[in-house]
Amino acid sequence: MNKHTLKKDWIHNRSVYLLAVPIFVYFVIWNYIPMVGVALAFEEYSARGGFVFSQWVGLQHFADFFSSYYLWRLLRNTVLLSLLSLVINFPAPIILALLLNELQNELFKKIIQTISYMPYFVSTVVICGIIVDFLGYNGAFTSVLVKLGLAENKNLLTIKSYFRPVYVLSGTWQGIGYGSIIYLAALSGVDQELYEAARIDGANRWQQTWHVTLPGIAPTVIIMLIMQIGSLLSSSTDKIILLYNNQTLEVADTIGTFVYRRGLIQGDYGYSTAVGLFNSFVNLMLLFTANSLSRKYSETSLF
Amino acid sequence: MKIKESPSRIIFRIVNVIIMILLAFVCLAPLLHVFFASISDPILLTQYKGGIILWPLYDATHPITGMGYTFVLGNAQLIRGYANTFYYVAAGAILSVLLCSLGGYCVSRRNTLWMRYLTLMMTFTMFFGGGMIPTYMVNKWLGIVNTRWVMVLMGLVSVFNIIIVRTAFQAIPASLEESAQLDGAGHMTILFRITFPLAKATIAVITLFYAVGKWNDYFTAAIYLLDRKLYPLQLILREIIVQDSGQNVFDAGESANNFSQYKKLLNYSTVIFATLPILCVYPFVQKYFVKGVMIGSIKG
Repeated sequence: MNKHTLKKDWIHNRSVYLLAVPIFVYFVIWNYIPMVGVALAFEEYSARGGFVFSQWVGLQHFADFFSSYYLWRLLRNTVLLSLLSLVINFPAPIILALLLNELQNELFKKIIQTISYMPYFVSTVVICGIIVDFLGYNGAFTSVLVKLGLAENKNLLTIKSYFRPVYVLSGTWQGIGYGSIIYLAALSGVDQELYEAARIDGANRWQQTWHVTLPGIAPTVIIMLIMQIGSLLSSSTDKIILLYNNQTLEVADTIGTFVYRRGLIQGDYGYSTAVGLFNSFVNLMLLFTANSLSRKYSETSLF
Repeated sequence: MKIKESPSRIIFRIVNVIIMILLAFVCLAPLLHVFFASISDPILLTQYKGGIILWPLYDATHPITGMGYTFVLGNAQLIRGYANTFYYVAAGAILSVLLCSLGGYCVSRRNTLWMRYLTLMMTFTMFFGGGMIPTYMVNKWLGIVNTRWVMVLMGLVSVFNIIIVRTAFQAIPASLEESAQLDGAGHMTILFRITFPLAKATIAVITLFYAVGKWNDYFTAAIYLLDRKLYPLQLILREIIVQDSGQNVFDAGESANNFSQYKKLLNYSTVIFATLPILCVYPFVQKYFVKGVMIGSIKG
C-alpha cells in the first residue's frame, strides 16, 4: 500500500476507525496488556518494585514448577478430567441429536428438547450446591447407594474415587441438551435425496445412519472436536473450586485451581503466572496440532 | 403411500421414546427434589433419608409449609444480592450490546484497510490470553478491584458475540447502506437506524447470551469482591448452599440451635428463590439461544 491509498482510506473511513476506538481500547486493556503482563512469570514480584522494577529471575519459576511435586499431579488431573469429559461429554450430545432426530411426533420432540436445555441455564453454584446436598450424609443420592449396598452413609464428596465421575457426569447433565442443538442443525442440513438413493440401493436404517447421516454431520463434529482438543488443558476451574476439598485435592487439583490458590489466595504472583502461561502455551500448541491433523486427514479445519 | 414398518423398527421407536422420557426425568429430577423439599416440613426433612423427594414430606402434625420462603424473602442479604445481580446484569447488558454491535459494525465494513487487523487482533484473544493473575494486576492498577466497575467491565466484550453480530450485519444488503450514505447518513445513523433494527433478532441473541452468563457467574465476584455489600446473588448462594455457612446470612433472630433445624429447608428455598426467574424465562427465550448457536457455528 502506498501513501496515496493510506490517505484515501483515512479520508473515506476515518469515522469507522473512530467508532472502533472503544472496542480497540477494551481489547488493549483487558486482553493485550495482560499478555504483556505474563512477563510477571519471569520476575520475583514484590509490591515495592511493582511490575516494572521487580527482580528479573528468568526461567526460575518454570524450573521450580517442572521440578516440583505438583507438576505431575496437576498435569495428570487436568488432562484426565478433560479427557474423561471429552470421551463422555463429546459424543453424548451427538447421540442425543441422532435419537431426537428419529422422533416422529414434533410436539413430543419439542418438549424433550426444551426440558433437556434446562440444566444449561442453571448456575454452577446451584448445580454444585445440589451435588453437595445429594452426595452428603443422608443425601438423596447417598441414600440410594446405601440402599443398594454400594456405599456407606457419609459425605461422598470427601472420597477420592467419586470426584472424577461426579465432575464429568454433572457436566453431561448440564451440557447434553444444549450441546445437541448444533448437531440437530447439522442433521437437518443433510440432503434427503441421499437417503432416498441409499434406500433404493437396499441400505437398512443402520447402514443409512453409517453411510449418509454420519458423513453428513462429520464437518460439524470435527470442528467441535478441534475446539475441544484446544481446551484439553483447561477444565472448569470455577466448578472444581466449588466441589473439591482437602480430602480430594490429590485427584481434584488442576492447573487452574492451583493458579487461583497460589496466585490470588496466597499472593504468589510470579510463580502462578508462570504456571498459567505454561498452561495457555500447551493449549495453543494442542489447538494448532489438532487443526493441522484435521486439515491433513479430513480436509476440515478451523483456520 | 405409507410404507409398512418392520418389527425391529417399531421396537426401536418404543425404546427411543422410553430413553427420551428417562432423559427428561433425569434432567428434571434434581430440581423437582429441591422444589418439593422446599415446601416440606423442616423436621421431617431433617430426618429424611429416603432418596429423591418427588412429593412434599408432611403428615397430620407436620403440614406443608411456606416458612422457608418467608425467611428467604425477609432476608436483607439475599434481597441485596438480587438487587446487585440485577444492577450488574442490566448495566453490563446495555454496555455489552452497545460495544459488541459497534465492534461488529466496524469489522463488517468492507473496503477498509485496517479493519481486518482488528478482526485478527480480536480472534487471537480467543486462543491466547494473559491469564488470571496478569488480568487481576491490570484491574488492580486501574483501581477497580472491589468496586461495582469490575463486575460490569469484566467479560463485557466477547469475541464470539462480535462475530455473531458481524455475520448478521454482513447479511444486510450493501445497497441499503449505500443509498443511505448517498442521502447523507453518517455511520452512527446507519448503525442505529438501519443495521440495528434489521438485526434485532441477533441483538436479542447476544443480549441473552450475556445476561444468562452474567446472572450465573460467581467466579468474577469471588476473585474481585471483598465487600459483602457488593456481592451478587451467586456469591451469597455459594456461602449458603456450597460452603455450608448459611448462618452468616440467616443470623437475625435465629439461635444456633434453631438454625440447624431449619438449615435444609432454607437451603432448598434459597435455591428455588435464586433459580426460579431463569427457569421461568428460558422456555421463552430458548429459540434465541438455538439461533445464536447456529450463527456462531458458521465458520467465519
